[in-house]
Amino acid sequence: MTRIAVTSEGPSLDDRVDPRFGRAAGFLVVDLETMDIQYIDNGQSQVMAQGAGIKAAQLVARAGVSCLLTGYVGPKAFQALAAVGIKVGQNLEGLTVRQAMERYKSGLVEMASGANQAGR
Amino acid sequence: MIFAVASGKGGTGKTTVTASLATVWDAPLVAVDLDVEEPNLHLFLQPCIDGRETAHLTVPVVDKAKCTHCGACSDLCQFSAITVMGQLILTFPEMCHGCGGCFAVCPEKALSPGRRELGEITWGRAGRVDFLSGRLRVGEAMSPPLMRRVKASLEQRLAAQGGDAVIDAPPGVSCPAVTAVLDSDVILLVTEPTPFGFYDFQLAWEAFRTLGKPLGAVVNRAGLGHDAVYGFCREKELPILAEIPYDRAIAEAYARGRIIAGISPGLQETFVSLLGKMRDLARQSPPRKAAHA
Repeated sequence: MTRIAVTSEGPSLDDRVDPRFGRAAGFLVVDLETMDIQYIDNGQSQVMAQGAGIKAAQLVARAGVSCLLTGYVGPKAFQALAAVGIKVGQNLEGLTVRQAMERYKSGLVEMASGANQAGR
Repeated sequence: MIFAVASGKGGTGKTTVTASLATVWDAPLVAVDLDVEEPNLHLFLQPCIDGRETAHLTVPVVDKAKCTHCGACSDLCQFSAITVMGQLILTFPEMCHGCGGCFAVCPEKALSPGRRELGEITWGRAGRVDFLSGRLRVGEAMSPPLMRRVKASLEQRLAAQGGDAVIDAPPGVSCPAVTAVLDSDVILLVTEPTPFGFYDFQLAWEAFRTLGKPLGAVVNRAGLGHDAVYGFCREKELPILAEIPYDRAIAEAYARGRIIAGISPGLQETFVSLLGKMRDLARQSPPRKAAHA
């Protein structure tokens, strides 16, 4: 599989990686072979009191990605992503989506073994 | 009649007032600690504990053989406590609010009741006062479900033996505080005339006045700070039922775990008078109906 999702502050590859996963503004789903991109808005997560990370995991799983690139992932979201076999690359905040994707393609993003954010 | 003692800001004297009222009450009384995240009424009433029980919330357990991953439960749950991802179903019991919706919508009857421990309910007697308290399990994130169990226990006691209840509510104005005052007949707001106390007092007034119950204020540490709270109460026609002076002797007694109504005849009279005014307010209270927080 060559589709990955990146948390993004906006709909283009030059937008910044949103450091949050569950409450990210949206997700850019990129097909690394064809470079087709698709933006999934995640605005509704802002009004959720709880469970935003799990809902976000549901969204990216539906998009059929094999890997997620983001800043921080909480324990419940990580558990949900792991359950469906989506690998997670963390601590990519501060980069643009394009930079994060290039780093991933060069094999420089280590896949996480656990959550890097405390649960709420 | 049920009287709730709430505050907005923490540390204004809810427990001080509740414990003192309990000692001057003129009828059978259940004193209830609904500040289940940090119960402390027992430190003052020092009850003999007669019993305790563990309270649980019913959460869904999935029979994976029956689940078709239709997603009905997942779509319904507002808290992602039950989540279908493709051909997988995950449950997060700690996220469950116990509404029971998933059990109702599952077309395959694939869910069976499991449970999550909420905490402990204890009861006993302190002199002639009945005592009832909840204590949240360490690690449990939601206090209203346990508070509802304590309130159900209170309703049973009041139905069986009559009398009144005074509730020591948690601070704040969010779900726990509202859950504590929701089934009361009268809400007492304990405040202190400091900027922080006054600010939160206004929030509490805004949050609780919509419940349509008589409200009264108690100004604790009167003489400290400024007089904005008095102007606010006048403007909103919120009666000030008692003032407790800012006094070193009161602070010392409190720090030793004493009930301040017992330290001087003047303070005793303050709480007797307060109780009388609370009863006057209760006469204005609309009949209570079953409510759900």
